[in-house]
Amino acid sequence: MKKIEVIQNILEANDTIANRNRQLLDKHRIFVINIMSAPGAGKTSLILETLTRLKGKLSIAVIEGDVASTVDAEKVESVATAVVQINTGKMPESCSLMAVMIELALKDMPLNDIDLILIENVGNLICPAEFALGEHKRVVISSLPEGDDKPIKYPLIFVDADAVIINKMDLLPHVDFDIAAFRRSITGLNPKVEVFQLSCKTGEGVERWCSWMLEQVKTNVAKR
Amino acid sequence: MHELGVTENIVNIALTKAGEAQANKVVRINLVVGELSGFVPDCIQFYFDALSKDTIAQGAALHFESVPAELRCRDCSTIFQPQDTLWACPKCVGRSVEIFKGRELYIESLEVE
Repeated sequence: MKKIEVIQNILEANDTIANRNRQLLDKHRIFVINIMSAPGAGKTSLILETLTRLKGKLSIAVIEGDVASTVDAEKVESVATAVVQINTGKMPESCSLMAVMIELALKDMPLNDIDLILIENVGNLICPAEFALGEHKRVVISSLPEGDDKPIKYPLIFVDADAVIINKMDLLPHVDFDIAAFRRSITGLNPKVEVFQLSCKTGEGVERWCSWMLEQVKTNVAKR
Repeated sequence: MHELGVTENIVNIALTKAGEAQANKVVRINLVVGELSGFVPDCIQFYFDALSKDTIAQGAALHFESVPAELRCRDCSTIFQPQDTLWACPKCVGRSVEIFKGRELYIESLEVE
């Protein structure tokens, strides 16, 4: 019997591809945001609002990750520069996007014509936290009906987030969601996180989110 | 839920390292899995049995060393193991904490013959 020291990170294969994606994106001066949330928190709605409001200011493409269907891709198709739908249902893993899926999606996109790619990850608060895709920023959406305890139950995804969006603010009078407690939980885990309170339904707060993103793109990869 | 891809990586790394050592058989794979990493050893074992079939890693024992979560208080620097999901510092009751240990996921070593 012989012992071989290995000490090798098991996620290294994914991280290597994520780094490769990042290099390709940086070469084309494309800024990428990985949007993660539980199912139904408003990822598609936020993407639609963002596309509509930033039309003419940025050329935005979308990568849609879902276990099945193309309904989300159809919704954003008319407003986005390019849309690629990834269905994870037939892949070895269906619970999250992984770097290799993004690598394939980028091959189908007109990279020279894109400023910003919004990646809509698979609706899930656990698995996407583990897999880097090559993104520049990670955004987590929590919506009021989910309850204010999600950062306590699923801390990892909040620990790594650059921004957290509290969506469906229009429902505040109807649900027991303690905004202050939620904000305390996330800033405790992650003091540098940006927090946005908004409603994709009424449009309240969406402008501030769009300005933040525009600023991120401009300062990080100003193309023009 | 995402253990299949992870297990594929474990099998690939084990076969590569065993091949480099010109081993005939992988007897044991020692893995380190943090409590917060979100990977379930039973799932990894299940996929491993299927993925290692007909390779020199077939039948290898998987040994999981679990690393408990350890947090560091940003206010008073106390390092502690959380006793509940609130993650409050036992010394100053602060809720501003960073993860110190518990996200590990790596192969520590292989035993081959």
